[in-house]
Amino acid sequence: MSPVTEPRDLKPPRVTDTTLRDGSHAFRHQFTREQVRKLAAALDEAGVPVIEVSHGDGLAGSSIQYGFSRVPDLDLVEEAASVVQRARIAVLLLPGIGTRHELKEAVRRGATIARIATQCTEADISEQHFGLAKELGMETVGFLMMAHMRPPEVLAEQALLMESYGADCVYVVDSAGAMLPWQAAAAVRALKQALRVQVGFHAHNNLGLAIGNTLAAIEAGADQVDSCLRGCGAGAGNAATEVLAAVLDKAGINPGLDVFRLMDAAEFLLAPMMPFQPFPDRDAVTIGYAGVYSTFLLHARRIGERLGIDPREILVELGRRKAVAGQEDWILDVALDLVRARGEAPVRG
Amino acid sequence: MPGNGRVKVAILGSGNIGTDLMYKILKNPGPMELVLVAGIDPNSEGLARARSLGIRTSVEGIRAVLEDPEIRIVFDATSAKAHVRHAKLLREAGKAAVDLTPAAVGPYVVPPVNFGEHVDAPNVNLITCGGQATIPLVYAVSRVTPVQYAEIVSTVASRSAGPGTRQNIDEFTSTTARGLEVLGKAAKGKAIIILNPAEPPIIMRNTIYCIPASEDLDPQTIRESVEQMVAEVQRYVPGYRLKNPVHFDRRETPWGERTVIAMLLEIEGAGDFLPPYAGNLDIMTSAARRVGELMAQHMLARVTV
Repeated sequence: MSPVTEPRDLKPPRVTDTTLRDGSHAFRHQFTREQVRKLAAALDEAGVPVIEVSHGDGLAGSSIQYGFSRVPDLDLVEEAASVVQRARIAVLLLPGIGTRHELKEAVRRGATIARIATQCTEADISEQHFGLAKELGMETVGFLMMAHMRPPEVLAEQALLMESYGADCVYVVDSAGAMLPWQAAAAVRALKQALRVQVGFHAHNNLGLAIGNTLAAIEAGADQVDSCLRGCGAGAGNAATEVLAAVLDKAGINPGLDVFRLMDAAEFLLAPMMPFQPFPDRDAVTIGYAGVYSTFLLHARRIGERLGIDPREILVELGRRKAVAGQEDWILDVALDLVRARGEAPVRG
Repeated sequence: MPGNGRVKVAILGSGNIGTDLMYKILKNPGPMELVLVAGIDPNSEGLARARSLGIRTSVEGIRAVLEDPEIRIVFDATSAKAHVRHAKLLREAGKAAVDLTPAAVGPYVVPPVNFGEHVDAPNVNLITCGGQATIPLVYAVSRVTPVQYAEIVSTVASRSAGPGTRQNIDEFTSTTARGLEVLGKAAKGKAIIILNPAEPPIIMRNTIYCIPASEDLDPQTIRESVEQMVAEVQRYVPGYRLKNPVHFDRRETPWGERTVIAMLLEIEGAGDFLPPYAGNLDIMTSAARRVGELMAQHMLARVTV
C-alpha cells in the first residue's frame, strides 16, 4: 500500500455561487424577488464572496428561445444587491443575446463583476463587451463555453484573446458536463501557462463529476470556481456549493465559507423552493455523454413529450450536428426531422 | 441615357461581399450594366478578379465612382463608417446608393416587403443578413394576423462571420430587432445571433418565432401567406427554404400561455464567389442585386414615359 499523497501548493479558490443564474434554468426562469433576496442574503451570510444573478442565458436571455423570465433579471440583480453586506454581485452576458446596453444597466443596479461568455472558439465577439465593462470599472471574467469541444491549446489561444480585451480571469466552462477530471485539469493547466491573469473552472454534473472536476481544476491551478446550492443548475446541475465548501475545508483550502450555514441554506431555504432536484438521470447523463449544452435538458424533454420522441434521441442527434451554446431552436428542428424520418406525416402542431 | 438601354452601376468595396455581388450582377445583369468596381487596396483579390473579367477597376475608392457621371446606382460594400461619408457625396452627385453596411443612413429595405415605398429614395439600407432572412416571414405573418412579438435566432457558420460582424455583434442584434418592428410590423422584436464553428461549416439557419396578438387565428391562412413569401424570396435567393412546415406551438409567455408560430429557415448560398454555406452573405448580395434591378427598372421606366 502506498501512502496517501496530498497535492501540495493548493490555495483557496475564489468561489462564485451561481444558483441565481445557472439555477435559473432549473427554475425555468421563474425566480421571484423574494426568493432572490432570501438566497442572496443567506449566501452572503455564509461567506460566499461572489453571487451571480442573471437569466440562465445571461442578461436579456428572457425569450421564446430560452424561456421568459418571471421577473426581469435586471430587477433581480437590484434585489440581490440590496441585501448583501460583503458579497459582490456578478452578471452573465452572452454577446449575440445580451448587449452593452444591459451591461450598463446592470452596473446601475449594483453589479460589479461582468462575466462574458462565448462559445469556446468565438472569443473575438466579446471585445466590445470587455471594453465597456472595463470602462465601467467592473471586474471582468471571460467564459469559454462548451470547452470539451476543443483541445487545451485552442482554449488557451481563445483565452489569450479575452485577456487582451481586458479579462481579469478566464474560465474553462464545461457547459455540457462532458469533461473527465484529467481533461478539466489539462484545459486549466493550458490556460494557466498561457495567461497572466487568473483562470477559473465551471462544472456541470451530467456525468456525476462536478465536484471531482472542480477539484481536478483546483489542483491544476484554477484560481476561481463556480457552484450552486444543491447543485441547482442546468442539466444535472453544477458543483453543489455546500458540498464544495465541505470538500475545500477538508482539503485545507476553505476560502472562508461557512460549511454549516451553506448546508442549511441548501436544505432549508433552496430545496423547498426548487421545482425539482437536478440529478444525473438518463436525459442528463445523455447530455454529458453526447456533449451537448446542459440547458437543452428541459427544452428537449418538453418537445420530446409533445412530439412523442425520447429526449435522448434528440440530444444525441444535437451532439452529432455539433450544436453549440444557445442553439435551443435546433431542438425543435431535430425533433421534427426525427418525426419525419419515422415516416410520419409532418407535424402541424 | 446610355445607348444600350441599361443603367450603369458601380460596386464600391472589393472585399468578399463586393466580389460576390459582382459575380451576381454579371451572371444576371437585368437592366444593369456593371461598369466599375472600386476599392482601395491595390492587392485586393476582388479587383484582380474584376480586371480579369474585363470590368474597369480603381483603387481610388469613392473618387473613381464620383468621376464617372454615367454611373447612377452605387452598391456600397465598404464599412458603416465609410458609408456615412460616401452617402453624402453620392447624394450630392445625384447617384442612388444601395447600402450593404450597417450605417443605415437611408430607410431599411427588404425587396418583397417594402421596396415599393422607396423606389425614389436616394439611399436605401439592407439592414443585416439576419434581417433580410427573417423579416419577410415576420411580415408574411403580420399581413394576415397582427404580431405582438417576433423573435429570431440566426445561426451562421463561424467561417462566414467576418471581423466586421464579430466586432459589432451588438449592432446586429439591435438593428435586426428594429427591422422586425419597422418592416416586419411586429409590435416588439428581438434578435439573437449564434456563431457555430462546426466543420464542415453549417448552412445558415434562422428560426423565426411569432406570437400573434390574438388567439383567434387561422393556421391555414398563415401557412399560405408564409409559403407565398418563401416563393417570392426564392425568386432572388434560390437557396431560401423552410426546413419544415410552419409549426404551431404553445408556450408560456409573459402574456400567459400563448400560440407561438415557429418557422425553421435554411439559406444556402448560390456559391457565386462565397461558399454555399454562407447563406448569410448570399442573401445580402442577392438582396442588393435585386434592389439594384428594381431601381434600374424604375429609372428606365421614368425616362421612357
